[in-house]
Amino acid sequence: MIHTARSRMIIITTFVVTILAAIIAIGLGSVHISIPDILSTLINGRDKEGVYTTIIWDIRLPRVLLALIIGASIAISGALLQAVMGNPLADPGLTGVTSGAAAFVLLILLANPELTHLIPLAAFVGGLIAAAIVYALAWRRTGITPITIILSGVAVNALCGGVIGFLSILYSDRLPSAVQWMNGSLAAKGNASLHMIYVYAIIGWILAIFAIRKANIIRLGDQVATNLGESVTRIRIMLSILAVFLAAISVAAVGMISFVGLIVPHMARLLVGSDYKYMLPMSMAMGAIVLLIADTGGRTLFAPLDIPAGILMAVIGGPYFLYLMRKRAF
Amino acid sequence: MLKIEQLSISYEQKEVVHNFSFEVKKGEILSIIGPNGSGKSTILKAIARMQPYSTGNILFEGENMRRLSSKEIARKMCMLSQQNQAPTDISVKNLVAYGRYPHKKWFERLNVEDEAIIDWALEKTYLSHYKEKPIAALSGGEAQRAWIAMALAQRPQVLLLDEPTTFLDIAHQHEVLELVRELNREMGMTVVMVLHDLNQASSYSDKIVVVKEGNRAQMGTPDEVMTEQMIQQIYRMEAEIQYVSWDDSPRIQLKNTVKV
Repeated sequence: MIHTARSRMIIITTFVVTILAAIIAIGLGSVHISIPDILSTLINGRDKEGVYTTIIWDIRLPRVLLALIIGASIAISGALLQAVMGNPLADPGLTGVTSGAAAFVLLILLANPELTHLIPLAAFVGGLIAAAIVYALAWRRTGITPITIILSGVAVNALCGGVIGFLSILYSDRLPSAVQWMNGSLAAKGNASLHMIYVYAIIGWILAIFAIRKANIIRLGDQVATNLGESVTRIRIMLSILAVFLAAISVAAVGMISFVGLIVPHMARLLVGSDYKYMLPMSMAMGAIVLLIADTGGRTLFAPLDIPAGILMAVIGGPYFLYLMRKRAF
Repeated sequence: MLKIEQLSISYEQKEVVHNFSFEVKKGEILSIIGPNGSGKSTILKAIARMQPYSTGNILFEGENMRRLSSKEIARKMCMLSQQNQAPTDISVKNLVAYGRYPHKKWFERLNVEDEAIIDWALEKTYLSHYKEKPIAALSGGEAQRAWIAMALAQRPQVLLLDEPTTFLDIAHQHEVLELVRELNREMGMTVVMVLHDLNQASSYSDKIVVVKEGNRAQMGTPDEVMTEQMIQQIYRMEAEIQYVSWDDSPRIQLKNTVKV
């Protein structure tokens, strides 16, 4: 039995822990900064010169915020896709939404670098096309099964991989910077990426809060949702667009980060149950902290190497995925 | 209450229900019976707007259902399937509370009246003690009652049931059908259901529609419909109709299949 009061406590605790983790993460790095110094520098603001002003305000804080925002967005995206497809395997990475968005971003980065301001839009369009293909391939009269999701995800990922490979060969001279972007690294993204996406992310989160009731209704199955007077197709389309939007802005900012959208909602469900009223905020908080840990770990554990968060997530996420399969979680 | 006029339904270009008409009066229990693949469930699904139909009209109190919004219909009519999927950790009470959804505006919370209706629905289905339990912890019969409770919380005037007893054992089958009868008698709820079991259809219905290959073969009271000829024609079985002391409705004793 899932108790609502307990679920609420778990969510609040996770949010508090996330904030604490963010403060600690700001202190970690080649220059270690103590917590009182972090707090005083943050309180003083970026205009007042201090020892750590530049390092905190221009480097560490933007990177930490970026990790939090992107982790939260990808996790919400996964949670929404799981509601739409009625399946815990749905995730922007496995379904090909991420690579669809990435292929379109590369199209700009490599072929039309003068259009950089269109990157978020391109990611959104690419993600939507990938999602549409997955639906067309995976949808049967009886709904979507895990097998058809994986298979159509494989097909879409292969297609996008082909496009990405083709673009890389055509524009091999511009490749290094694009690779740095593509493999899900938060290094050197800083304020520019943060400014590019934070407004979109907040809009996406607010829309996600409005989507909670609809996600709960659709979880009851098509027949029951119809019975309750909802248009199932319309909910599916709306929630999918929102999920693609949140995944796309993440891709636009930092490239491909896998498994956050799969693992985090799953862990959130174990902790607070499957009611989206609790599961969605929990996914948001956990997504933020998971990606923060992956990014901070990546830049500190192997210092001076900066391992992209995307790579660390893949290394952690792959085995977790296998574990879920063994447990027959779906 | 419900009037089905010349309904034709096609499934992948093949017409499976042909020009089907019937009427359900307010406060009646009507059962649709027929062999597998006759189209009986398809007709019920069309009424519940889960199956598109090519021609014909379905009127709810004289109003064409095509002109009513999905939410308006949800406040008047509710369909219950033979098997329902639910998130396993949802509590009985929360499931039943979803029945109030069509009556609520966006983001409107449940009020005292809604709570009272939910409690009433739980009480009616003898689930008051189970309300904090997750659905997964219930037996098949209890789970089916929880879905009926959700339907009740919707406060429909018409309840549609698609083979509500198929996955239940005999005692639970009767429990569900007795509940349906009780709701019908006490609240005047109109019921349209698809049933497999001829004796259940006979004992629990005011009217019976017999479907054969997508056509209306017969319609009438159990006494009129349940005849040896009908069973031979529709099901290709020899049968004998009997009456027992504790029930007015005809009982069907099946003997053997008719060799063609």
